[in-house]
Amino acid sequence: MREPTWFRWSRRIGLTVLSVFALLPVWVMITTSLKPLSDVQGEFRWFPSTITTEAFVEMWRTIPLGRYFLNSLVVSVAASVASVMLALLAAYAVSRYRFLGRQAFSVTVLSTQMFPGILFLLPLFVIFVNLGQTLGIDLYGSRPGLIITYLTFTLPFSIWMLVGYLDSVPRELDEAAAVDGNGPMGAFFRVVVPAAMPGIIAVLIYAFMTAWGEVLFASVLTDESTRTLAVGLQGYATQNNVYWNQIMAASLTVSVPVVIGFLFLQRYLVAGLTAGSVK
Amino acid sequence: MTATAPARTTAGTPAGTAQVPAGAPRRRRKRQWLPYVLLLPVLVAELLIHIIPMLVGVGMSFLQLTQFYIRNWTGAPGAGLDNYRFVLQFDEASGKALLHSFWTTVVFTVVVLACSWGLAMLAAIWTQHAFRGRGLVRTAFLVPYALPVFASVITWSFMLQRDNGVVNHVLVDQLGVLDERPFWLIGGNSFWALIVVEVWRLWPFAFLALTAGMSSIPAEQYEAAAIDGAGVLRSVRWVTLPNLRSVNQVLLLVLFLWTFNEFTVPYTFFGKSAPEQADLISMHIYQNSFVTWNFGTGSAMSVLLLLFLLAVTAVYLLLTNRRRPVDA
Repeated sequence: MREPTWFRWSRRIGLTVLSVFALLPVWVMITTSLKPLSDVQGEFRWFPSTITTEAFVEMWRTIPLGRYFLNSLVVSVAASVASVMLALLAAYAVSRYRFLGRQAFSVTVLSTQMFPGILFLLPLFVIFVNLGQTLGIDLYGSRPGLIITYLTFTLPFSIWMLVGYLDSVPRELDEAAAVDGNGPMGAFFRVVVPAAMPGIIAVLIYAFMTAWGEVLFASVLTDESTRTLAVGLQGYATQNNVYWNQIMAASLTVSVPVVIGFLFLQRYLVAGLTAGSVK
Repeated sequence: MTATAPARTTAGTPAGTAQVPAGAPRRRRKRQWLPYVLLLPVLVAELLIHIIPMLVGVGMSFLQLTQFYIRNWTGAPGAGLDNYRFVLQFDEASGKALLHSFWTTVVFTVVVLACSWGLAMLAAIWTQHAFRGRGLVRTAFLVPYALPVFASVITWSFMLQRDNGVVNHVLVDQLGVLDERPFWLIGGNSFWALIVVEVWRLWPFAFLALTAGMSSIPAEQYEAAAIDGAGVLRSVRWVTLPNLRSVNQVLLLVLFLWTFNEFTVPYTFFGKSAPEQADLISMHIYQNSFVTWNFGTGSAMSVLLLLFLLAVTAVYLLLTNRRRPVDA
């Protein structure tokens, strides 16, 4: 179809405006992180007066950023690996077998995705505190406690994404593996898992990203020693001086691993979306 | 539940359940126990992280669970329906505040949904056919979605600072649209600031979903429309939109649930005390529970929120599914 001129012009203008809207915070984040402190205290400047990496050095001292980083890393890796391992087995069952309760299981998993996080936060808080009080199991304020709560949102979507990816692995592969003398679990680990590996990695990265950015549970269930980046970064603002250049440097630093993961993931996400929404 | 998945669209479609795995019935007789063994770890996990906490949460809403009893909740006296009666007393201060927060969230959700979907639809139509630089533009649009929410919201709160932020610099110093530097994160303006940031963060997801949906529309349909003399607008109306029906059905529901439950954005913006004008429901329940330490009323509000979301979802699915055969 030939595009009329007005359409081409509206596209040029519209896409430019939207790109500026989308990328303005990125520009502010990058340029501000390279500014000296004096640049961020007065009127906003589009460019740094001098380019300095001072913020990237200072940011580790103003708040215990290194510790927050480590906490976020441990919690996010553990939550995503645990939920993918659990979800993989369940997804295989749902994808390859018809069994009594399959529908009920799928609907339950799906519906937990829409529950507000606050609904789980209050009881989990009370349960954790009381477990510590009565049994001496200190989940409140601990990393394992936070990892458990993160499963409340990583597990459901891991199951759903993985069912989608396993469905796209042809059944002929299972049958070929069975002919080669593999039982169902042998076929699963030797054939299905390797074939679905890109999808599994995509789910893993996705779960990691979600856990990395989580705020609600982390704001309540962590203490100073287990605080994650998502909550800890607010610490810069409580200082006497607001070190915006350091805040932006820290925001940029914590974004890099996630953005790289996302760029890798993009292809699979789009593929998953198309498969899911068109069928 | 806040920073969430493109996967949910995949997840949201009933397609996954409706599919019958080929070759399944043969195994069915032989190893009926195997799927249950495979499901067992997840079932145990679901029980521990979802089902028990939810039952406890519902139970808590019937207790006088104030700060004295949080460490020893079995000792909390029963409250019957008192917590519900208390939070729903709309002529008292607390009930009024809840109602206000509810309506704020409704308006917030409607505006954010309309803007996000509208921008995403425009952008998806503009980038549907290949042109030079399309890949670059698409990647640029996905950046807001890729950044961790807390990092980008902190950046926005710097941009919205009254004296050293870029927004006032552009509006007041460079364009001269406003004479005085407004505060964006205090008072009535904070509601609009919240909307802009939420749209900024959410529309790329809608764009991703709509682009994926459009990529599977057969080119012949557009060719046929062109032969019939349809221009850009008509082919959007009669080819693109009908083909996106199922994508839109899921997309709007998912966007609604995320926006209505939004917590990360207001929390990162305002810390523990949101201005009254931007008091979204999740923040409201959170503040109420952790400021007054009355978990009984907090749980009652959470249960009411869940019931509301369930009702909206059920009505939505009923309406959209019933209308489908007529349209299609």
